Amino acid sequence: MIPVGNLQKVLTLGHFAVTAECGPPRGADPDVIRKKGDILKGYVDAVNVTDNQTAVVRMSSLTSCLVLKEMGLDPVLQMTVRDRNRIALQSDVLGASALGIRNILCLTGDHQSFGDHPGAKNVHDIDSVQLIDTLRTMRDEAKFLSGQEIKGAPDVFIGCVENPFADPFEIRALRLAKKVRAGAQFVQTQCVFNIEKFMRWMEMVRDLGIHEKAHILAGITPLKSPAMARYMKNSVPGMDVPDHLIERMGSIPKERHRDEGVAICLETIEAVRNIEGIAGIHTMAIEWEEIVPEIVKKAGLFPRPELK
Amino acid sequence: MIVADRKPFDEIMKMISPYEKILLLGCNECVTVCAVGGTRETALLASQIRIRRQIEGRITDVGEKTLERQCDPEYANTLAESLNDYDVVLSLACGCGVQFVAENYPDMPILPAVNTRFMGVTEQAGIWSERCQGCGNCVLDRTRGICPVARCAKSIMNGPCGGSHGGVCEVNDTLPCAWQLIIDRLKARGELETYNEIEKPRDWSTSRDGGPRKRIREDMAL
Repeated sequence: MIPVGNLQKVLTLGHFAVTAECGPPRGADPDVIRKKGDILKGYVDAVNVTDNQTAVVRMSSLTSCLVLKEMGLDPVLQMTVRDRNRIALQSDVLGASALGIRNILCLTGDHQSFGDHPGAKNVHDIDSVQLIDTLRTMRDEAKFLSGQEIKGAPDVFIGCVENPFADPFEIRALRLAKKVRAGAQFVQTQCVFNIEKFMRWMEMVRDLGIHEKAHILAGITPLKSPAMARYMKNSVPGMDVPDHLIERMGSIPKERHRDEGVAICLETIEAVRNIEGIAGIHTMAIEWEEIVPEIVKKAGLFPRPELK
Repeated sequence: MIVADRKPFDEIMKMISPYEKILLLGCNECVTVCAVGGTRETALLASQIRIRRQIEGRITDVGEKTLERQCDPEYANTLAESLNDYDVVLSLACGCGVQFVAENYPDMPILPAVNTRFMGVTEQAGIWSERCQGCGNCVLDRTRGICPVARCAKSIMNGPCGGSHGGVCEVNDTLPCAWQLIIDRLKARGELETYNEIEKPRDWSTSRDGGPRKRIREDMAL
């Protein structure tokens, strides 16, 4: 198997991978993406572009990925099943592959009631497991979901997400196993704040041998303030921010909140690096991409491998 | 049953504003059970309209009638004579009833007094909730009697999504997570291994996605 891009090369060669998330703008200016790309270039192995995250309209993930691709970055196209049916999804997979955007991360997507168009129709024609299966079939069997033949199959590196902190807990590793069986090759987890729970989940993951079949990247989000920590705990679906972190952030002067957030983040990276089966980190510095280089350097993950 | 909500009173008043002779038409089936469009609710709405019109100083003739079923020709066809005295019908039936009466009396304006919401059950007195979307291809055998199509906000067939917490859905804390319910059932029955089967994409052509649906039983058709 020839790796489709930098991320797959890094992971296949066994390097501890670093990826970053990049939220596209709520407008048509590509320079917003370019600025984020400039900040991240050289510090990460791939940049992951969200697909209308929290169901808020933004520049399309595919377009933003192309902008990053043109800058020499390896983009990861996020694809949710909330807004497009199987016709549109498969069409975008072909388009992405044609443009050289080869990493595709399959997700369900936040419900539209959280976003700026709560009156929108939700599609959910297929679910994320089925999307993974569809991508694998398109690539490996050159077949559409209909069974019809694809002339020129897409070549993609298939990713998925899993939230170890959602309920029911005992199903979370089983569900990931299902995704990997469907064809997922790399995994990005929900932001890890509750390390103890994350370790318990990884134990279940290892028991099922999932870490040997897919590369698992732990989600890392630096906290900016106690308010952000509380907001994530209380208002973001599926987020588990332990109280001790909120207290820790709140116990220090305001001007040092960001430093403390970075410190927590570095401790988390150190902790997840020591967990058997973790192949890298996926940083999600929400509207704070400029902090990623500092985190990567301080975590001792710089420079990134340069692979031909 | 079909569950409905009454439309806001002001919306109803606006709808009927051009009319002086109004027949309120209740239905004795689902909308009676969900306490929105039976004889009692028809009488209540009629009184409200009469009082409002009196305050406005408009003489209005508000009649009341309840059919056994507005969605059935056996009953819908009996209306012809009663309609002579009115210039509009305000139906308290679900969308099926309103449409079927309208189809049978094309010259008469038929207005909806309720918003039809869903196919559901009476959880307890005063609480109804959705159970079925009429997808036309039932999966309840595989999901242990809990429908992920109707009861999961994202209709996930290989759930639950990452928003399930403490047994409830990310969309609303009053909504149970359908997948939590399914998994609880599987566990209780010692059948959790069936969770590992990947449910393939559905054929939605049997659902509304295939266009408006019709069922014909030739052995019964006249």
